Amino acid sequence: MKIQLKFFASVREALGVADETVTLPDGIVTVGDVRGWLRARGGVWAETLAEGRALRMACNHVMTDPHTRITEGCEVAFFPPVTGG
Amino acid sequence: MPVRVQTEDFDLTTEVAQLRARNPAIGAVACFVGTVRDLNDGSTIASMELEHYPGMTEKALEAIVDEAQRRWAGIEVLIVHRVGKLAPLDQIVLVATTSKHRGDAFASCEFVMDFLKTEAPFWKKEETEQGARWVDARESDDAALARWGVASGNASRDAG
Repeated sequence: MKIQLKFFASVREALGVADETVTLPDGIVTVGDVRGWLRARGGVWAETLAEGRALRMACNHVMTDPHTRITEGCEVAFFPPVTGG
Repeated sequence: MPVRVQTEDFDLTTEVAQLRARNPAIGAVACFVGTVRDLNDGSTIASMELEHYPGMTEKALEAIVDEAQRRWAGIEVLIVHRVGKLAPLDQIVLVATTSKHRGDAFASCEFVMDFLKTEAPFWKKEETEQGARWVDARESDDAALARWGVASGNASRDAG
């Protein structure tokens, strides 16, 4: 499955990447799976996306949780807690 | 949908005039304007950069307007949020709500701000004398949203 990834704010800076298109291996079916798969890249990926780190995620422009299932061509984003207003 | 994300400044009087135009049913307008302070967490702020998630931000703000209108029937809501580089004294955000009577206008205006603080994808980076730093989310903002019976997504510490 091919999906779009987006990273914002401190997460984007730590990873050094703003967006990326990836082809996922079989078995990666939720947003949480994607986070874990990216963490397996090691280095800053493992650190920035580590379990327990405050991280928010969105799927197709809607705030979501790790259990949300991803679909072909969807846009998954990871970012720190929001601080607008 | 009365939601705008822009780099330009806004004028409160003009915005409220447009919101009220041709609607004699409105008897109350409540407004909140958020501005950039020169001091935060003990550091002097030279400037601030507001980042957002183009495409999602507008959708998130529209969802907040929908939720407010579901809770307070008949209100109108306007949200204008600035992005880009801002300096102390600059305006950041405007929330204006209208209703027949003041109670709904006051309450919905505060609700929209509390919701926006924890559910709209904006991030602030401050330029201080010690260098640039990302502003951390505040637990007090989660508590503010909790008063409306809504759990803040910022507060969740998921397991991965």
